[in-house]
Amino acid sequence: MGKLKVSDLEKIKERVRRTTTLRDGQGNARVIVHMGTCGIAAGARDVISALMDEVEKKGLTDVILTTAGCAGLCSREPMATVERKGQPPVKYVDLNDEKIRRILNEHVVGGTIVEEFALAIGSEQMH
Amino acid sequence: MAEHRTHLMICAGTGCVSNGAYDVKTALEREIAKHGLEHEVAIVTTGCNGFCAQGPIVVVQPDGIFYQLLDEKVVPHLVEEHFLKGRPVENLMYVPPEEESPVPRMRDIGFFKKQRLIALRNRGVIDPEVIDEYIGRDGYRALAKVVTEMTPEEVIQLVVKSGLRGRGGAGFLTGEKWRLARKSEGAEKYVVCNADEGDPGAFMDRSIVESDPHTVIEGLTIGAYAVGAREGFVYIRNEYPLALERLQLAIEQAKDYGLLGENIFGTDFSFDIHVHRGAGAFVCGEETALIASIEGKLGNPRQRPPYPVHSGLWDKPTNINNVETWSNIPMIIQHGAEWFSSIGTESSKGTKVFSLVGQINNTGLVEVPMGITLREIIYDIGGGIPGGKKFKAVQTGGPSGGCIPQELLDLPIDFESLWEAGSMMGSGGLVVMDETTCMVDIARYFLSFTQIESCGKCVSCRDGTKWLLDILTKICEGKGTPEDLSTLEHIANVVKDASLCGLGQTAPNPVLTTIKYFRNEYEAHINEKKCPAKVCKALLTFTINPEQCVEAGHGCHQCARSCPEAAITGDKGKAHRIIEDKCIKCGVCHDVCNFNAVMVE
Repeated sequence: MGKLKVSDLEKIKERVRRTTTLRDGQGNARVIVHMGTCGIAAGARDVISALMDEVEKKGLTDVILTTAGCAGLCSREPMATVERKGQPPVKYVDLNDEKIRRILNEHVVGGTIVEEFALAIGSEQMH
Repeated sequence: MAEHRTHLMICAGTGCVSNGAYDVKTALEREIAKHGLEHEVAIVTTGCNGFCAQGPIVVVQPDGIFYQLLDEKVVPHLVEEHFLKGRPVENLMYVPPEEESPVPRMRDIGFFKKQRLIALRNRGVIDPEVIDEYIGRDGYRALAKVVTEMTPEEVIQLVVKSGLRGRGGAGFLTGEKWRLARKSEGAEKYVVCNADEGDPGAFMDRSIVESDPHTVIEGLTIGAYAVGAREGFVYIRNEYPLALERLQLAIEQAKDYGLLGENIFGTDFSFDIHVHRGAGAFVCGEETALIASIEGKLGNPRQRPPYPVHSGLWDKPTNINNVETWSNIPMIIQHGAEWFSSIGTESSKGTKVFSLVGQINNTGLVEVPMGITLREIIYDIGGGIPGGKKFKAVQTGGPSGGCIPQELLDLPIDFESLWEAGSMMGSGGLVVMDETTCMVDIARYFLSFTQIESCGKCVSCRDGTKWLLDILTKICEGKGTPEDLSTLEHIANVVKDASLCGLGQTAPNPVLTTIKYFRNEYEAHINEKKCPAKVCKALLTFTINPEQCVEAGHGCHQCARSCPEAAITGDKGKAHRIIEDKCIKCGVCHDVCNFNAVMVE
């Protein structure tokens, strides 16, 4: 890059922002794709790939993508849970490439829950 | 190609590397590729995480899941379960001592929870070999602000106001040192980073340089601007090959970006850093000996005044600070003096990095705010003493530090309180000792180190430390006399007062504090020829309890079989006996007896 100017510092910071956010584990939103054997069999790997691709395409820097085990409702896999900062989590079911991209754009970024794909709002009680 | 969704942060500090971290990394790469996850899961090597006794360590981000004690054998299962199927693996997680449930998240683990990271802010989250990652976490912004918006005097004022005190041990007000260096006459000035870290068991500086070399570079460069230096030196001990490598790479990368060299950020400020390797002498951590070493002379300290800020390297004004001191500078510039001085105590601002070692459950490196108590560090962060044993003492400040007993556990840690207790902050070593430690033996042990490292220049240190060591050795061998105790105290104080440099001035501390707080142990060694902690072999008596031997052990003969000196007599089925004259007190009989029939007194 050659000798840096002061303004270059911000440019580099932007360039690695996704990495920084990911490493801190603090984004503005988090999408958890449920895997487990059932999830994978139903196509969860395609869902996470589509999600990664869409995040990249839209240049989003503060969305955390992560995986978890089976959510428990195996008949409705692939499933994903969307958590936006300050809002209750939303569970989505029967997902595929196309649906998850819509969810990312409309809910995660746009803030509107995609009701036709949603199962429930909120989470089960832990203990 | 879409960027990865998960980063595996593999600790690649010296500790984990020597425990096989790179083998774990290779196995991870292989298994990730096997499952076709290379585009989703990134593997990143970072510097030391601090929780060294639990290495090799991998932290999974963004989940913050902490895996420890890994080896390549568990990797296939880990990759398939967690990274493919999304199910974190519980049996690879940390379980606090005395508990049963694992703690999955790093931020919930006691060891990490109470820490506050400033000097170590980037540990475990950046690859120290990628400068962009340092910049991504606001690296070099402080330098940019300093050279384009502030005058040297303003920088010095800020550092003075922050209250930062040297982290190398003496605790001199850093800003004041910079001010003196600036004021000194002459166009040629130097800044030096002391990375010699000679204290045995101390690895704070090594960790900083291995995990985040750029914070040191940035701090040093800011210091150079403030005092008016054009060249800087990092004096790093030769025994730190990995730190040396990362530092040199970081300097190259900084040069490529024009952050070192001519006209930094387009201003007329230019600065270069040279790396100088140490040659194995503890005394070269002392600033005047360090200077002599860089100049190519024998590493002997000299009289101060003149202090290096007036006449240092090649007789030019030189500002020397410790690695940890330099590491705090970028944050102080960025966040301000009020922010820094709001942390810590009245006299000691900010945080301190401590190496927590010895008889403690959670061995490792911690950074905590000044003012935290010893009790909190040892029990909340350190997880207490292993095996449920009783705490006895903690030695603070390296081999020249003092031993602090149980009664003072609620002492808030800061420069003044540790001095008052007879110890010192030093570089930040905290050696925890339990009931199985003999305090006389410990004093002897630390003195054997300082004695051998004495450069020999001044009589009080050269001969004084040897005399102290001889007396202590004599006492541990059971040949001590009551006069020895008063001689020890007298000579220790003379060595402290009369020695030329910090080595001699502090070497007697372990002796003086152990006599002060554990006088009864000295008296037991001298008067009763007994070692209460059962460590000093010459003072131990091994006997066999005849009833136990017959009733529980049925005269099994195991001890006699194992004794290297054939010092145990007895027929099978009958009580056995140790022949005291032949006994070399190796302790093997005690170790092999399954019936607790061997008594040690």
